[in-house]
Amino acid sequence: MSAEQSGTQPILLEQDVVRARQLARTLAQGCGMSLINLTKLVTAVSELARNAVVYGGGGHMDWQVVEKDHRKGLRLTFRDEGPGIPDIKLAMTDGWTSGGGLGLGLTGAKRLVDEFELDTAPGAGTRVTILRWA
Amino acid sequence: MERIPILQIGEFLLVTIQVDMHDQLAMTLQDDLSERISATSAKGVLIDISALDMVDSFIGRMIGTISGVSRIMDTQTVLVGMQPAVAITLVELGLTLPGVRTALNAERGMRLLNNSAAPQ
Amino acid sequence: MAALQPFTLTAIRTHQASLVAEWLAGLDASGATRNLKADDLKRQTEEFLDLLHAGLQNGDASNLNAGAWDEVRLFLEKLSHSRALLGQDSQQTATFIFSLKGPLFALLQREYSEQPAQLANQLLQVSELLDALGLHTIRTFQKSREAVIKRQQEELLELSTPVVKLWDGVLALPMIGTLDSQRTQVVMESLLQRIVDTGSEIAIIDITGVPTVDTLVAQHLLKTVTAIRLMGADCIISGVRPQIAQTIVHLGLDLQGVVTKANLADALKLALHRLGLSVAKAG
Repeated sequence: MSAEQSGTQPILLEQDVVRARQLARTLAQGCGMSLINLTKLVTAVSELARNAVVYGGGGHMDWQVVEKDHRKGLRLTFRDEGPGIPDIKLAMTDGWTSGGGLGLGLTGAKRLVDEFELDTAPGAGTRVTILRWA
Repeated sequence: MERIPILQIGEFLLVTIQVDMHDQLAMTLQDDLSERISATSAKGVLIDISALDMVDSFIGRMIGTISGVSRIMDTQTVLVGMQPAVAITLVELGLTLPGVRTALNAERGMRLLNNSAAPQ
Repeated sequence: MAALQPFTLTAIRTHQASLVAEWLAGLDASGATRNLKADDLKRQTEEFLDLLHAGLQNGDASNLNAGAWDEVRLFLEKLSHSRALLGQDSQQTATFIFSLKGPLFALLQREYSEQPAQLANQLLQVSELLDALGLHTIRTFQKSREAVIKRQQEELLELSTPVVKLWDGVLALPMIGTLDSQRTQVVMESLLQRIVDTGSEIAIIDITGVPTVDTLVAQHLLKTVTAIRLMGADCIISGVRPQIAQTIVHLGLDLQGVVTKANLADALKLALHRLGLSVAKAG
């Protein structure tokens, strides 16, 4: 058993996106995640961490190792105090972007994980929680 | 400033990405490559990503852009060595890199470039 | 809660032989001994009584999670695991514990015949203890069964996706059965890994053995084809039977950019042609 089962990592700058990816990779390896699932999770982390930096003006990534029926998983929450997303339905459409990207960040990340929850409102920041089982 | 090296081998440019790239590094590579294609009139660009354990939409977009830019500048781009886990993830992400030529490894990629660079 | 009386412990110890005999008879009568060797069972009952006795001496009967019960719990976990492997059901496994109640109650009744209050108290304690142990057995039994099922599922998945080498640089994957998301992922992974390992430039997915192709299956196939292309290899889908071709058209599915062939032979021919090879009659 590792001593730490949860924690928080700041994502303020662009370089922090790389750090968030590396942390997620280490944690996922600790959960015994297969290479494919690990790659999917790390890619989702990259998308969401970048969103927090680019659109949210920086934020935090909360991480938590969870266990159910002898199966480990990683739950990550990306939160920022940015402008929020006015139209969730539109934001969850493939190819839609407000920042000149490919518009695959949110929808793509959702496809890469087992659970995905988006909580946002204009002016109230954005919270995205994802979970991937090992 | 941190930079990804671009090697020139004959008529071709070779880029091997071995670091966990942050976005600025990817943008710099994109600019550097366009400059070098123009300066050397290279016939082809080979991008080796066999050491990359993740390609997200940002890096994917960079690869697509490099491929598109080089095509306009009459240069072929070949992307080689994508790992299985990365390929599966990219497809799931919804990024299929249409129009980007691919090869299993650097050797096959070179052969592909050589064949297409041969005078018609 | 009061612990078991030392007197009860002594009684169990002194009458262990007759207790085991009665217990075994009870187990036999309940039909829970099917497929089990008499010797093994006798050894198991004796060992359990020893462990139970040791546990009662060192620990509190009301808290099974305490360290004193580690060995008893471990014994039961091993027992239910072995029973699961033998194909016994949970009822038969739990009966191992519950059929000890009869002989043990009878024993207590005899020993405490002069003290009805003590008897009631001790009966309750023993009953609760055995119930808890029985439940623990069922719980571990179910976990063992689930583990067995999970392992079999995984083995089945791997068995059902053999990647075969047809030629130097040509791999084939004969798909048989229904394609769901989990299976597609396994198929994809093993095929893609083999492409890297062998440096094969062409992969043929043969779907002759796939009963139906619906929208979901078509999507899975498309994803696999795309992933293979991203890695720098080509993919051919063969074995598209007439009714499947009709279904695909009928559903309006877009298989654009995917090379399809009617059978594996045609696909191999195309693969060889792409590699610059041709097959000629000898002599």
